Amino acid sequence: MTSTQRPEAEDKATPESAQAAALHTGTSNLRTLVTRNLRQSGIYVAFVVIVALFAIMTDGVLLSPGNITNIVLQYSYILVLAIGMVIVIIAGHIDLSVGSVVALTGAVSAVLVIQQGYTWWVGIIAALVVGVAVGAWQGFWVAYIGIPAFIVTLAGMLLFRGLTLQVLDNISLSPFPSEYQRVANGFLNGLIGGQGYDAFTLLIGAVAVAGYAVSGFRTRVARIRYNQPVESFPLFIARVVAVGAVIMYFAWQLAHARGLPIVLIILGVLVLTYSVVTKRTVFGRQVYAIGGNLSAAMLSGVRVRTVNFWIFVNMGLLSAVAGVIYSSRSNGAQPAAGNMFELDAIAAAFIGGAAVTGGVGTVVGAMVGGLIMAVMSNGMQLMGVDQSIQSVVKGLVLLLAVAFDIYNKRRAGTSR
Amino acid sequence: MNDTILEMRGITKTFPGVTALEDVALVVRRGEIHAICGENGAGKSTLMKVLSGVHPAGSYDGEIVYDGETVAFNGIRDSESMGIVIIHQELALVPYLSVAENIFLGNERRGRGGLIDWNRANAEAASLLSSVGLVENPVTPVIQLGVGKQQLVEIAKALSKEVRLLILDEPTAALNDTDSAHLLDLLRRLRDQGITCIMISHKLGEITEIADSITVLRDGRTVETLAMDSGDVTQERIIRGMVGRDLESFYPDRTSDPGEEVLRIEDWTVWHPTQNRKVVDGAALNVRAGEVVGIAGLMGAGRTELAMSVFGRSYGRDITGRLFVRGREVKARSVAEAIEHGIAYATEDRKRYGLNLIEDVRHNVSAAALGKLSRRGWVNGNEEIKIAEESRRDLNIRTSSVMTAVGKLSGGNQQKVVLSKWLFADADVLILDEPTRGIDVGAKFEIYTIINRLVAAGKAVIVISSELPELLGVCDRIYTLAAGRITGEVPVGEATQEHLMELMTKDKERVG
Repeated sequence: MTSTQRPEAEDKATPESAQAAALHTGTSNLRTLVTRNLRQSGIYVAFVVIVALFAIMTDGVLLSPGNITNIVLQYSYILVLAIGMVIVIIAGHIDLSVGSVVALTGAVSAVLVIQQGYTWWVGIIAALVVGVAVGAWQGFWVAYIGIPAFIVTLAGMLLFRGLTLQVLDNISLSPFPSEYQRVANGFLNGLIGGQGYDAFTLLIGAVAVAGYAVSGFRTRVARIRYNQPVESFPLFIARVVAVGAVIMYFAWQLAHARGLPIVLIILGVLVLTYSVVTKRTVFGRQVYAIGGNLSAAMLSGVRVRTVNFWIFVNMGLLSAVAGVIYSSRSNGAQPAAGNMFELDAIAAAFIGGAAVTGGVGTVVGAMVGGLIMAVMSNGMQLMGVDQSIQSVVKGLVLLLAVAFDIYNKRRAGTSR
Repeated sequence: MNDTILEMRGITKTFPGVTALEDVALVVRRGEIHAICGENGAGKSTLMKVLSGVHPAGSYDGEIVYDGETVAFNGIRDSESMGIVIIHQELALVPYLSVAENIFLGNERRGRGGLIDWNRANAEAASLLSSVGLVENPVTPVIQLGVGKQQLVEIAKALSKEVRLLILDEPTAALNDTDSAHLLDLLRRLRDQGITCIMISHKLGEITEIADSITVLRDGRTVETLAMDSGDVTQERIIRGMVGRDLESFYPDRTSDPGEEVLRIEDWTVWHPTQNRKVVDGAALNVRAGEVVGIAGLMGAGRTELAMSVFGRSYGRDITGRLFVRGREVKARSVAEAIEHGIAYATEDRKRYGLNLIEDVRHNVSAAALGKLSRRGWVNGNEEIKIAEESRRDLNIRTSSVMTAVGKLSGGNQQKVVLSKWLFADADVLILDEPTRGIDVGAKFEIYTIINRLVAAGKAVIVISSELPELLGVCDRIYTLAAGRITGEVPVGEATQEHLMELMTKDKERVG
């Protein structure tokens, strides 16, 4: 039994007093707010702690402008994959093939651009088309034939790795023309000048902060208008200030290095788009419904097959985006490209709070999960920790993250 | 003292933020059938979990005296070793294992070298089965048995553990009347063999029939213990204890004024999805606006199958027959199409098929009609909150917020969320499958009131129920279904339980 307010009392309340009550609930229940969102807020706290820890252990090198830029460039493709993966996982599936798809799409692009001499964007478009085709293939087997995604994508992992070898004829291709390389290694710098730092990067940072504040405020106003509980106003301000400070610090550091990485713009657009898609569109909501209770979704008229199909098409598309970024960054295509990427993407989604049983997870959570992995890898590399130890640590973090999730769920289950 | 097998004293159990049990007392005499009644959330199941060691000693306050000594169980194994066995409402059988394997699960009959002696196990299982009156081969996989027989397997399993105090949580909730009667008979026989029985049940009819004493719980406290041998304990008396007030009437009054026909099916035949037999055979029925039509049938008669096959062919294969909505023939080939035609089906199993328990009230209410809230694929979140709040107010859904996960609500409030979902989907015909299963008396009354309001607003409602009094209480007309065939159509004024039961058992031979 949760403690429930008496509904009759609420009905009689005037809008003003209800509003006040709503505000009041927010203030007085900071603790419940925190505990209820522990699952979500927990990873943010963990992220901050991990960043602080490695910043100290690397004598601040971790947060140096050059290194921050490096982290962005180095892990962007994993984050792109994690966006698609968290959607797959929310729907209760898994995709083990994304590493192979990264390799295949990169290879197709490389063959066209490097071997055949097509211009750079032909390669990109071809990669995206291949990615969508791969997604449609896997979506067909999962959605319409009803084979578990684990099997379909395990087969896909072998299948697309084999096709990569075929396409590349077992050799590496290199180098890409400079336009293609700019996708992953290019920067927007000096567009509107600056003294020793890039004003444009700071401007984009400021716009992002403003956007975050405005959209947060609008949601809040709407919630209050509909008498929904919200966090207290000081808490809201504190949250906006904290997030704003982090973004601006990040932008400031980037501005002092090489400016705004193009890949960060791509990533930012994708994160924004998919956050909205998962939260605010019918498609997104149906993904959560399918993962939360498949039968109930079916009996509520959700076209489960169609939704599942498009989930995999989307995963294929994002794998192709990651394939382009990776091939651009490594300046070529290799038969072994993208090996084990799927595991990093899956780990990012789970560390970011996605539930093993489906129905729970967020794009932003997966991004933070991916960044936790990224900061740990990068930090340990800076400290010169052996590869073997790095692997052990990452494995343990994944395990603990999911254990924490399960512990939380159990606690939530008994407390009612 | 020898007369008492179990005494629980001053049991207090708190969960973070909630007190589930407060100073509860329970005294059970040896060799009696002791019923525990109370609304959902009164603390019945928690009390049994304390008794059986699911909540280990130390996690609660109070004292348990069993067979003259104070006991402290740290788990279900401890209590079982003392002969206390609990059978939960959701049966704990492994579907693909055989009857014998299930009976001796965790308690295997070992032979030489620690290997399982299957001959001995099967032989012992057979004798246990005969003692519960179940004629089945012990090597039959449990999945091939009906719920009633599975229940008997659970009891055989309890007997194999040399049970002295058997606890049954809602044993007849999923059973039809024949199976229920059989089970109650068995409990009487066990009592005569000296096995004490504690039974939790919502079905007051069977409690008054079988129990020797009744303990009533309300809001985590013991209200009273009634001895049945005094002879003046009626269902109304028990209900008064449970709800703390007299229900003027079980069923709210309604004036019936049916309008035009909304839904009709003709010659509706459905085949079992995997087996070669007809589940529904040539059924025909109709329902008019402002009318409540009941479907009565025993377990396995094809009630749910009929409903789900009409609801966008969500059950069965090779469905033939004609479906008319407002006089026009329609082909509802998918759930989405059925919803478009204004048909809604609220399942008998809310938690598995009706709701997304980890999502909040808001998202569950809008789940079947997101299209209404969206433009070009974008959901209007504010409008959604408004709709959810309206539903909460109109149907009196008790929750602190529409952002609360549905899994945290009580059964009655979950059912109201299901109804809200279909009301928001603009359903003209609501097929309600066991709408009050697992719901306490007060919430049942609310559900009936909602049904009345729906028909008053011109909706057509079909109610499927195992409880005949419920059908008699809420319907205008009742169809009886037996072995997939409609065997009768009775206006409620002419219907009696006996008459309906006769029609429901009319056609016993296998169809197809």
